[in-house]
Amino acid sequence: MPMQKHTRLILGLVCLLVAVWLVAPTLVVIPMSFNANKSLAFPPVGFSWQWYENFLTNPDWSSSFFNSLKVATLVAVLATVLGTLAAFGLDRMRSATASGILRMLLITPMVVPGVVLAIGIYAVYLDAHLVGTLGGFVLAHTILAIPFVIIAVSANLEVFDKRLETAAASCGAGRLTAFRTVTLPLILPGILSGLLFAFVTSFDEIIVALFISNPYLKTLPVQIFTSITRDADPTVAAVGTVLFLATSLVIAGGLLLGNRRRKS
Amino acid sequence: MKSTLATAAAKGAAIDIVSAIKRYGAFTALDDVSLHIEPGEFMTLLGPSGSGKTTTLNVVAGFTEITSGELTVGGTSMVGVPAHKRNIGVVFQHYALFPHMNVGRNVAYPLTLRGVGRAERERRVARALDMVKMADFAHRYPSELSGGQQQRVALARAIVFDPPILLMDEPLGALDKKLREWLQLEIKRIHRELGTTFVYVTHDQEEALVLSDRIAVFNHGRIEQIGTGRQLYDEPATLFVGKFIGDSTVLRGEARVSGEETAITIAGETVTTRRRIADGARPVMLLRPEKLSLARPGAGAGGRNRLSGEIAEAIYLGSGSKYEVRLRDGSTAIVRSPLEAESFAIGDAVSLCFAERDAKLLADDDQADLILT
Repeated sequence: MPMQKHTRLILGLVCLLVAVWLVAPTLVVIPMSFNANKSLAFPPVGFSWQWYENFLTNPDWSSSFFNSLKVATLVAVLATVLGTLAAFGLDRMRSATASGILRMLLITPMVVPGVVLAIGIYAVYLDAHLVGTLGGFVLAHTILAIPFVIIAVSANLEVFDKRLETAAASCGAGRLTAFRTVTLPLILPGILSGLLFAFVTSFDEIIVALFISNPYLKTLPVQIFTSITRDADPTVAAVGTVLFLATSLVIAGGLLLGNRRRKS
Repeated sequence: MKSTLATAAAKGAAIDIVSAIKRYGAFTALDDVSLHIEPGEFMTLLGPSGSGKTTTLNVVAGFTEITSGELTVGGTSMVGVPAHKRNIGVVFQHYALFPHMNVGRNVAYPLTLRGVGRAERERRVARALDMVKMADFAHRYPSELSGGQQQRVALARAIVFDPPILLMDEPLGALDKKLREWLQLEIKRIHRELGTTFVYVTHDQEEALVLSDRIAVFNHGRIEQIGTGRQLYDEPATLFVGKFIGDSTVLRGEARVSGEETAITIAGETVTTRRRIADGARPVMLLRPEKLSLARPGAGAGGRNRLSGEIAEAIYLGSGSKYEVRLRDGSTAIVRSPLEAESFAIGDAVSLCFAERDAKLLADDDQADLILT
C-alpha cells in the first residue's frame, strides 16, 4: 500500500523530533567547549581554544586520559579473549540447562547495580592493595566488560553453521585449525563488536572507578567528575567534544566497513 | 568395464565394516551392520530416514564412532582415527562451502592443509574445477552460486586431494528433479574418470538404480540386502526390499504344498508356483507391474494363474497405461501394460494374469508394511 503524502510528512517530522531529542544533549557540549569564560553556561559567550589547550597541557587531564586509554585497551583484549572462550564453551555445552545457568551467572555483572559491585570490589581491593593500581582497574573493568563480549559473540555463534567445522575436518583440518581457518573468520564480526563494547564499557566506567581511584591513578571519567564537582571548568566540554568526534568517526567507519563487506 | 575396474583397483580403497553396532542411549542406530565395498566400487546406501544409512556414512567418515565392531579402509583399521586424519572426501547435502572463501580458495583448502606448494595447488584446483565444469567460477563466492553450482564446487573440494574414498550424503537432495538427473550423470562420469571408491547415501531408489554398481538396502539399522539394482529388483530377499525398490503388488494368501507344486489361495482363488514353502504358511506374493497382464474374464490367454478383479483406476502414461485393479479381498494390484495391449475402463471386470516364475514368495513383515503404506 503506497503511503499518502501527508502521512509521509508526519512520519518524517516525528523521526526528526526524536533524532533531535536524542542528539541535542550531546551537541550542546560542543559550543560550550569554545566558551571564552570559565563557566559552563549555555549559550556560551565569546570564542576560544583555551579549554582544548588545557586538556592537552594540564597533566591532571592528559594523564587521566592516557590512564583510561591504557586500562580500556587492556580490558578490551582481556575481556574479548575470556568472553569469546566463554561464549564458545556455553555454545558447545551438552546440557542446555547447565549452559543457561552458567550464562546467567556470567552476565550478572551487567545486571547487578554498579554501586553494589563497586562496594564489594573496594572492600576486597583495600585488603589486596589494589586500589589505584593499573591491575586493579583492568581486573574490575574486565568483570564488567565480559558480559558484553559473551552476548555479542554468542549472537554470532548462534547463526554460525557448525556443520562447516565437520566439513573442515573432512578436508583434513584438526579442531584447532578448523577453528582458526573457518570458525574464527566467520564469528569475527561478533568478536570485534564485543571488543568495541568492552573498550567503551571500561573507558566510560565511573562508579567502580570512583571507588578504586586514588590521587596517583585516576581515569578520565573520574577526572571529569571531580573537575565538574569542584569548579565549573569548560575543559570538561572540550574533552566531551573530542570524545564525541572520536567515537562518531569510529562508529561511522565501522558501519561503512560493514556495508562494504555485506555487498561483496 | 574391465579396464575401468583395473584403474579403479589402482586408485580406490576397499572398505570393510564388520559387525558394526552404534547405540545412542537406548536407541540402536546400527544393529550389527557388515558391509564389504570393493576398491573403486560405486556403493549406494539406500533406505528410509532413520534406517542407519547416514550413520554408516558418518562412521566411515569418522564423524561418529561405532560402539562396537570393526572398520577398515584399504586394510587399515580406522577405529579411533579422527576424521581429519582419514583422508576421505565428503560431500554433504547442505553443500557446506566456506562462505568467507571464494570458490578457488574453497577447493584449495584441503591442499593448503596438506602443505601442497602454490603451483601444484593451482594446477590441481584447476583440474578439479574443470572436472565439475566450474572452471570459470573460481573467483565467485558461494553466496553468488546456485544450489547445483555450489554442490559441484563441494564435489571439487572433496576430490581435489585425490582421496581413495569419496562419501556423499544425499548430495542432490536439495535440488530440483531436472538438475538432479543431470548431476547424477555427471557424478557417474566423475566416478568413471577417477576410479575412486564412492559411497553414496540416498532415500531415492531411482537415483540408487541410476548410479550404483551395488546397493545396500537399510531398514531399522540393519542391512536387508546387498546386490546390484537388477538383483534387488528381480530377486528381493525381503518384502521390505521388494516394496522399496520399484512398484510392486503385494498379495497375501495361504500355502498348500502338493508334490512339486505349491498352491496359494488368495481371496478364494488359487494360483500355483514351484517354489517350496511350508505347508499352511501365510506368505506374501510380490508381483512387478510389468509382469502382470489383464484379460477379459473367461478369455483364453494368460495361463493358470488368474485372479479376478475390477479396474479401479486407469491412467494413460503415453508410453503405455497403468491400471489399479481392486481384487476380491480388497487389495490393489498395479499393472503396467504396453500401448498395443487391450485397453480397459474404470469398472470393467478383469482377470489378472501372471506367469508362475514371476511371482516372488516372501515372508510377511508387518513392520515393513507399516512404514511403506
